[in-house]
Amino acid sequence: MDLATFLIQCLNSLQYGLLLFLVASGLTLIFGIMGVINLAHGSFYMIGAYMAFALAPVVGSTFGGGFFTTLAVGTVLAVALGYVLEWVFYSYLYEREHLQQVLMTYGLILVFEELRSLIVGDDVHGVKPPELLSGTIPLGELMTYPVYRLFISAVCLLLAGGMWFVFTRTRLGMMIRAGSTNREMVQSLGIDIKFLYRVVFAAGVAIAVFAGMVAAPVSSVYPGMGGQVLIICFVVVVIGGIGSIRGALVAALLIGFIDTFGKVLLPQAAGVLVYVMMALILLWKPDGLFKAG
Amino acid sequence: MGTTTDRGKLAFVIACLALLAAYPLVGGKFGVDLVTKIMIYAIFALSLELLVGGTGLVCFGHSAFFGIGAYAAVLLSPQGASPSLLWILPACVVAAGVYAAFVGALSLRTKGVYFIMVTLAFAQMAYYVAHDTPLGGGTDGIYLYTKPVLGPLDLDSAGGIYGFTLACLAAVFGALAVLSRSRFGRALAGIRVNEQRMRATGFSTYPYKLAAFVVSGAIAGLAGFLFAVKDGFVNPELMSWHLSGAVLIMIILGGIGHLRGALIGAFAFSLLQEFFKSEAIFGAFAKHWTLGLGLAIIASVALLPRGLVGVPAQVRGRLTGRRGSAGSGGSHG
Repeated sequence: MDLATFLIQCLNSLQYGLLLFLVASGLTLIFGIMGVINLAHGSFYMIGAYMAFALAPVVGSTFGGGFFTTLAVGTVLAVALGYVLEWVFYSYLYEREHLQQVLMTYGLILVFEELRSLIVGDDVHGVKPPELLSGTIPLGELMTYPVYRLFISAVCLLLAGGMWFVFTRTRLGMMIRAGSTNREMVQSLGIDIKFLYRVVFAAGVAIAVFAGMVAAPVSSVYPGMGGQVLIICFVVVVIGGIGSIRGALVAALLIGFIDTFGKVLLPQAAGVLVYVMMALILLWKPDGLFKAG
Repeated sequence: MGTTTDRGKLAFVIACLALLAAYPLVGGKFGVDLVTKIMIYAIFALSLELLVGGTGLVCFGHSAFFGIGAYAAVLLSPQGASPSLLWILPACVVAAGVYAAFVGALSLRTKGVYFIMVTLAFAQMAYYVAHDTPLGGGTDGIYLYTKPVLGPLDLDSAGGIYGFTLACLAAVFGALAVLSRSRFGRALAGIRVNEQRMRATGFSTYPYKLAAFVVSGAIAGLAGFLFAVKDGFVNPELMSWHLSGAVLIMIILGGIGHLRGALIGAFAFSLLQEFFKSEAIFGAFAKHWTLGLGLAIIASVALLPRGLVGVPAQVRGRLTGRRGSAGSGGSHG
């Protein structure tokens, strides 16, 4: 492997890892703070990708905007979706056992997949990256690298930084962290914990949908994409330690690199490498790399 | 739990088995095949119930043991001649049990959600071995041409495999019911309720959990063996996490903590699927059957917090004006 190929694979790993981080961060938040095992999280990613495909013509004709307007409209819709879903389906799950949550969110996966099939159909679609970012930059003498992938990495980093800021530097973040440690105490201090949970959930959904929309031009849009992402994101969450954003970032990057380089260097064993790594890490550290709290 | 409820449970299970035994007299070819498949899933669900309901260990990689039982049936069968059931069945069960011993020994170091994910990881490893190596025949899978035989028992016929599966189901159910009432089963229940306290009273909990894991894996292997013999075909999808998820959904739907729950859940889940797939009822919309299944599952979570097995207690509570409190604790049956 020469230097330019190595560099390209590094950039690919980074982009894949950061994208995984976006989806997994919502999962780990909902899990760590609200204690809900949300199997339907992968579906939000799928919904995002399909939004990027199906919403673009609608947004184009209504607002006359392109890719970025679609992103904005999709994110707003996602926040609304998350808010309503929490209200209707999840809010009465907090007192239930984990396995009941598993059952219900599994039911939601089936509903989302089938609604997607009813509304958009079962075909595989491609989404074009925006005109502005469709170019490539040269790497070395022969290789080029698409600008859009760099854009994904940059956006993900920006969001990761934003999350870090909200969590550690704002009053809202403080309340969320306190709420994850002791729900009753925070409530008795006069903070509306129900509203807080709804906000966290809506944010988690919005981030996953956003990740799906941003990823659509590089991954194409296909049925079943939610399930694949869900499992990998659970891997990220447990490797990083449940509820830990920092852990999710480290684990996502680790998986990004292992998966990408595995496909190049050991294509026969690429699929299994991630799971071998997870098993090894959890046998070494049974609570993940960064246990929260 | 008093003896009357125990007797009631026994009567319920015997009635179910009798109904299943009588079914081939009225059911057509399609029905017999479907019920055979559901009974195999019921055995599979019972094996998982031993772990989840009996011991409090949620395994999300159970399809690996199912798949290993199935692949062993195909790979161990000699070319051309039918193997004897007497050696091939134990061989498949042992193969699944050995992998369960390996997986359990390592993954029982972790707890809770981490345990769920480590068992998933080991199942995915088995999946990729079947999927990506010459041993497993790739995505296409492998055919089983020679069905095992035992005297007059012909597992190649629909009636033969139906009867044998029913016998296995009854045997597994009986064995697990006895096991849950034994000292070993009580120890597992103690671990489920409070592992710390079990350790404080002098039980070394790890060997108990490992033994439960191996027994559970071996029974899943039996289910896999039956599946391979019934279909005459194996493919890597038997080890995919979708199947692990589906069997977990079956026992939650039926009601965790009861062996009957696994039986009811396997039937309810499979029959709901067939119901929503039925073109006679839904016409062209039957193509979108997962929508109905998903909504039914969501409704069951909202309305039946203790699973289908808790319905009678719920109805009784409604009738007497009190909230029923049965279903938690008590014996496993």
